[in-house]
Amino acid sequence: MTSADISTAEAGLASAAPRRVAPRKKRGNSIPLGIVGWIVGIVFFFPVLWMVLTSFKTEAEAYTNTPHLFFSPTLSQYKAVFSSGLWPYVANSAFATIVSTILVLLLATPCAFALSLRPVRKTRDVLFFFISTKMLPVVAAIIPIYIAARDLHLLDNIFTLVILYTAMNLPIAVWMMRSFFLEVPGELLEAAEMDGAPLRRTVTEVILPVVAPGIAATALICCIFSWNEFFFAVNLTATQAATVPVFLVGFISSEGLYFAQLAAAATVATLPVILAGWVAQRQLVRGLSFGAIK
Amino acid sequence: MTTIAPPVAAARPARARPDRRRQGWVRRAPLLPALVFTIIVTQLPFLLTLWYSLQSWSLVRPGAEHFAGFSNYVDVFKDSQFRTTALNTVIMTVGTVLVAMVIGVALALLLDRKFLGRGIVRTLLITPFLVMPVAGALLWKTTLLDPTFGIVDFLFRPFGIGHFNWIGSFPLGSVMIEMIWQWTPFMMLLVLAGLQSQPKDILEAASTDGARPLQIFRELTLPHLRRYIELGIVLGAVYVVNEFDAVYMMTQGGPGISSANLPFYIYQRAFLGFQVGQAAAMGVVVVAATIIIATFALRLIFTSFSGTEQAA
Repeated sequence: MTSADISTAEAGLASAAPRRVAPRKKRGNSIPLGIVGWIVGIVFFFPVLWMVLTSFKTEAEAYTNTPHLFFSPTLSQYKAVFSSGLWPYVANSAFATIVSTILVLLLATPCAFALSLRPVRKTRDVLFFFISTKMLPVVAAIIPIYIAARDLHLLDNIFTLVILYTAMNLPIAVWMMRSFFLEVPGELLEAAEMDGAPLRRTVTEVILPVVAPGIAATALICCIFSWNEFFFAVNLTATQAATVPVFLVGFISSEGLYFAQLAAAATVATLPVILAGWVAQRQLVRGLSFGAIK
Repeated sequence: MTTIAPPVAAARPARARPDRRRQGWVRRAPLLPALVFTIIVTQLPFLLTLWYSLQSWSLVRPGAEHFAGFSNYVDVFKDSQFRTTALNTVIMTVGTVLVAMVIGVALALLLDRKFLGRGIVRTLLITPFLVMPVAGALLWKTTLLDPTFGIVDFLFRPFGIGHFNWIGSFPLGSVMIEMIWQWTPFMMLLVLAGLQSQPKDILEAASTDGARPLQIFRELTLPHLRRYIELGIVLGAVYVVNEFDAVYMMTQGGPGISSANLPFYIYQRAFLGFQVGQAAAMGVVVVAATIIIATFALRLIFTSFSGTEQAA
């Protein structure tokens, strides 16, 4: 499907690209629709915009009965956030995100391969099993996981999160990658087989180039989910292995006394994922719908 | 739990040759690491939960664990708080998913039409979904819904509703609004994918035949979208029913348990009340309910999945 490229291209070119002359009036640019569209878009985006704006305010400016849209921006909130010990949390989040994503790819790629290009018996049962693990409530598993981690002295250990994030993302990755692998043209494979190419060469020279963008998209989605994950992090870590979402929880106890600083911390925490998600809009849907929608 | 019956569906015709049987293990090998890993990390805990649910076990009284049979389950069903939180979970899930879907369909229809800067508007609309749920909930709690300094308060002040404690007065509603804000983009994207896969020539033919836009929408577009809407509702429900972050950040389930859902209540029981046995029994009940619902849900996803597979 080519819809993936459209989404990113659209964002940049929507206004500049020469448009096909619409045969009928309905297909052309509509000004009223544009106005409605922009209003709705800004309403939905507003909380994020407000977060970013607030993060550049002083606390005094953030605490006004009448919100200030114009103010002299300051970086002091960001300085405060970074000097209040955010870095170890960022390092933990980054470590858990990157290592778990690598593990997911290592496990999911051969699995998706076996389930798509060389289907084994009971392919459906295996796929079904993977998706069913995502349907079960995490909360029912947290107690034994907590007790196991405690008994193995793995509480507050970043590798515990790595393992759990790998398990959390693996089903999505398998489904998503399978949907990409299914797009490898059968003729290519047959041609390789006719040439008597060994399996390894078929994989590296025929399949991988075709599915590489899909693997990248899968990796990105796994990263987003791991970075945003909170439930395991808050229950299984304390000081050593806590991640960025756990850092944000610290602001709850102060009952919003520091709006501007909180906004700066939230901006730092959310920005990487927002940027990544903008780049990969379509793939996000594909991942979340387990590859059902391309 | 692997006890859900697999959906009855014809297996995909394999591309393999007849000597498959001998090669069986070679073919299966690439699959095994992922399968074994997933079974150990995700299934073993559930089996343990099942075992724990039959124990009388409190973390504050170590050494006092003993087999308790089904007494934890009896307690769960007698627990009125469990029933309240179960009801909250249903309200939260159904409300969030349906409202997000209705708005999502409207936004998708909007984005399916051409207007200036459509790509940018789409990017703006998608953003709430990307916001870290913990940060999103914090934002709503503080900068938006705060009774004094929140922007919502400012917007409602001209209507005589000043300094209104939104979260305190409507805890469940406030959490749901935050979740609707986060989930609408997802629904919108699914429906938009559906709209864009609709064959344009049929629509044009209907239009030249003199069909009114509303008629086209009802007779052609809506039936076509049905599969996408169903998929969105199922997937949304799967994610929303497990929601923990928004409840934890915005209300801590309070006041009382008025905005607690099952994940949060079980968490409270296990980690604040240290009642391992009881929390495990609740977990098992939730799993059982989920399995019943998920069996239908999975069937639907498989249908959708094979549908797109044929189309691809």
